Amino acid sequence: MATTIIFFVLAAIILGCALLAVTTKHIMRAATYLLFVLFGTAGLYFLMGYTFLGSVQVMVYAGGVVVLYIFALMLTGRSDNQKEKSMSVAKKMAALIASLCGAAILLFVIISQKFAATVLTAPNEQLTSIQTLGQQIIASDKYGYLLPFEVVSVLLLACIVGGLIIARKR
Amino acid sequence: MFDFSIVTKWFHSLLCGVMPEWTAIGIECLIVLLFIIVLYAILAIVLIYMERKVCAFFQCRIGPNRVGKWGLLQVFADVLKMLTKEIIKMRQSDRLLHDMAPYFVLAASFLTFACIPWNKGLEILDFNVGAFFFIAVSGIGVVGILLAGWASHSKYPIIGAMRSGAQLISYELSIGMTMLTVIMLCGTMQLSEIVQQQADYGWNIVRGHVPAVLAFIIYLIAGNAECNRGPFDLPEAESELTAGYHTEYSGMGFGFFYLAEYLNLFICSAMAATIFLGGWAPLMIPGLDGFNAVMAYIPGFVWFFAKAFFVVFLLMWIRWTFPRLRIDQLLSLEWKYLLPISMFNIILMALVVCLGLTL
Repeated sequence: MATTIIFFVLAAIILGCALLAVTTKHIMRAATYLLFVLFGTAGLYFLMGYTFLGSVQVMVYAGGVVVLYIFALMLTGRSDNQKEKSMSVAKKMAALIASLCGAAILLFVIISQKFAATVLTAPNEQLTSIQTLGQQIIASDKYGYLLPFEVVSVLLLACIVGGLIIARKR
Repeated sequence: MFDFSIVTKWFHSLLCGVMPEWTAIGIECLIVLLFIIVLYAILAIVLIYMERKVCAFFQCRIGPNRVGKWGLLQVFADVLKMLTKEIIKMRQSDRLLHDMAPYFVLAASFLTFACIPWNKGLEILDFNVGAFFFIAVSGIGVVGILLAGWASHSKYPIIGAMRSGAQLISYELSIGMTMLTVIMLCGTMQLSEIVQQQADYGWNIVRGHVPAVLAFIIYLIAGNAECNRGPFDLPEAESELTAGYHTEYSGMGFGFFYLAEYLNLFICSAMAATIFLGGWAPLMIPGLDGFNAVMAYIPGFVWFFAKAFFVVFLLMWIRWTFPRLRIDQLLSLEWKYLLPISMFNIILMALVVCLGLTL
């Protein structure tokens, strides 16, 4: 009962803020609404008892990605003319077709999926303990995550090297 | 040690006897919320008074002494003044974000505040990823400060917010690394479990000897920077930026930033006390049984507050002793010294734990 109420509150927050994020004309406000959407998602994870995933969501998206967005927006300066330019007809049509295709794919996935749970229950947070997660991420056997983990770190290393080359003073 | 979970469990079963469980949990959540807010306010009053007095004594002054006996009512007078101030509205500022920004800072402060274990069995948020959750939610505050600076549409707040963003993101790394050192020593991220281990086997700072002491010192430096306090108060350096990111705030908007700053100081100290100095665990010296028995009679929350305020005093001492750094010195201190030292420290702690060299 209580979980259902909280689920609907969170869902309303996520949907409302997602709508506001795409309809607002100020880019900084859009970033802030995006932050609320991400908080709502983290709330859903906490509701399902996945505290680690929820914390990661807050850490990576709130503490990392959105801060990076806001920082980048601050550095690039504010555009004083908040009026948006009117789009050409071809652009409008392209946007319409792209959104329709996206909506069709999303609806197909949602409708064709059989959702196992009819009632939302909050499992114990001990379901997957942090010890299990930690051992899985460095396990090399079946269902182990050592290879993806290393590949991601190579990607990050490449990003750092690239950033250094761009920022280096000659 | 008295286990507070007896009281909370009794209260829960009492409520469950007269109503369904989910309403009982709802009422308990409201009580906990009220408890957090009241404690937050009381601690803010104590900390602001303490800061003014400690600052005064370090500068050979007397400090507030007119309002009430020894100036005890000064803080209440300040709050009344702040509540009745005119709220200045600026043209060309983003009103929505400007008004929202202090609440981000306050929300981060409240969430981290809720993680602290006050006594045995008296924790509010106690996940099995407690320490990680603590670091994660403390990152929300940065968003508030950046938004405050941007939405003010004025040059000093923007410079202050820029500095603050760079500073907070950098020093969060050191905080995470030092907390990781302690987590390696304890083998758990659950804060109540970390304290329970310290009550059983001795405080972490003694148990982990050299790496733990190193981690404690780095944590204090990084924590001081994370709270935007001197000598790291670059984001609001009053001699260069008037007040940094909250220059354009008046009345309670400024009040919330001020409140969050002091409570962040307390939260930082309380976390240092929890993970290094044993939290609510009493001082136990092996061999002195009579002394230990007397110490065990002192309730856990008294120990906790004594340790937390000891660390608060240390941080205030640092603040009023050292002059402010430059921003490049600040960043090179973190990236060139503290971070490599704490990485080395993690390896040292791993060796200590693996070779069984803990005390």
